[in-house]
Amino acid sequence: MLSVIRTIWNVFLHSFRRRVTIQYPDEKPYLTPRTRGRIVLSRDPDGGERCVACYLCAVVCPVDCIALQATEDEHGRRYPEFFRINFSRCIFCGLCEDACPTYAIQLTPDFEMSEYNRQNLVYEKEDLLINGPGKYPGYNFWRVSGVQISGKDKGEAENEAPPTDVYRLTP
Amino acid sequence: MTTPHPIASIVGVLIVALSLSAFLIWVERRLLALWQDRYGPNRVGPFGLLQVLADMIKIFTKEDWIPPFADKPVFVIAPAIIMVTVLMSFAVLPVAPGIVVSDLNIGLLFFLGMSSLGVYSIVLAGWASGNKYSLLGGLRAAAQMISYEVFMGLSLMGVVLLAGTFDLTAIVEAQRGLWYVIPQFLGFVLFLIAGVAEARRLPFDLPEAEAELVAGFHSEYSGMKFGMFFVGEYLGITLISSMIAVLFLGGWNGPWLPPLVWFLIKVFAFLCFFILLRASLPRMRFDQLMSLGWKVMFPLALVNLLVTGAIVLAKR
Repeated sequence: MLSVIRTIWNVFLHSFRRRVTIQYPDEKPYLTPRTRGRIVLSRDPDGGERCVACYLCAVVCPVDCIALQATEDEHGRRYPEFFRINFSRCIFCGLCEDACPTYAIQLTPDFEMSEYNRQNLVYEKEDLLINGPGKYPGYNFWRVSGVQISGKDKGEAENEAPPTDVYRLTP
Repeated sequence: MTTPHPIASIVGVLIVALSLSAFLIWVERRLLALWQDRYGPNRVGPFGLLQVLADMIKIFTKEDWIPPFADKPVFVIAPAIIMVTVLMSFAVLPVAPGIVVSDLNIGLLFFLGMSSLGVYSIVLAGWASGNKYSLLGGLRAAAQMISYEVFMGLSLMGVVLLAGTFDLTAIVEAQRGLWYVIPQFLGFVLFLIAGVAEARRLPFDLPEAEAELVAGFHSEYSGMKFGMFFVGEYLGITLISSMIAVLFLGGWNGPWLPPLVWFLIKVFAFLCFFILLRASLPRMRFDQLMSLGWKVMFPLALVNLLVTGAIVLAKR
């Protein structure tokens, strides 16, 4: 009986508590920088596309919402011919970001993507590409990787030793 | 003060009671939200006040569906019964000096009789729905109402003994010096608990128990028929709060403020208390409800009646 009265009193004391609701459209909640929201494709500091169309994101995606087609440009750089994310399927798990070897695909703290038409939730490459490096400002995949492209031969990448001549015995 | 024309009283009481019970829906949602640290409806109109209006428009435009397996005439008449019986009880309610629709000299008995008749609404609704959950709700309502009606009446007998009348206006007049909540504190608590059970509010809302009986007796109802049950329930809360105010808190008696304002303040305080009960207490189990009613409340009401009677006799 006493516990019942105490319960009622304690609930009454909640009249003076702060309300926890954030009145969303009027006041926006603070989202941490690592919030997993809308997916973007970033560019390297030179302005070129980071994505090398390795398909790892499409493979790791648990809901198969990423579709892309690899191709190669005149410099020998791989890039996606098209890159399509169906956000009506995406569960924002962030596995694609984990899998990406070039920091190209990144999740941003934006979640306001409502649409009246379902078709509008399918984002093409031009919708996904942003004009910046995203969370990794200095990183340039083509500069640091050993892949040979025109204008950068084997051994010319940053911190890369010149290639070993396998036909010579002396080191 | 001149007595208003009876028709004016009837219309006034009807309008105030119905709009108050509609307003209560908003009050309940906002207060529940307050006690759960959230906001509740606050988007439609100032403070969300027009939410009630929006809900009314919605409920009026809903399909009024009668299930094919239902007993049609009974199904249709059941929601009307609850409204009629509760509104009839408002007829004997003395709001302020002179403002009462019908000043019956057996007003209290009339109120008890009408609130007993209200049970038919729920039992018939549960039975006519042709649905086992509804039927269970109706059965529970019948058992609960019968057992709580008994000590509800008995708990009021102390007041009747002290005032020496069943006339509600005379009971209010008799409390001019001392509100009956002090000499009849046990009766007040018993009537409060019985009133919560009578209005089928948490923690005694077993007939409708959303969690187990999917809304119990009114799960088959839609549209305005459901609305009638809803408004009937809120009218019932208002009625019980008014009765507590009239019988134990001296009705319109109070210093400085005009009588009508005092009455409304007291009623509103109890309405808020009813909502607070809903916010804080879990629903009882059915056997707990029954044993509480018959093994605790009923003997207490008898003791209260005996002691009050003895004191009244000894003072004579």
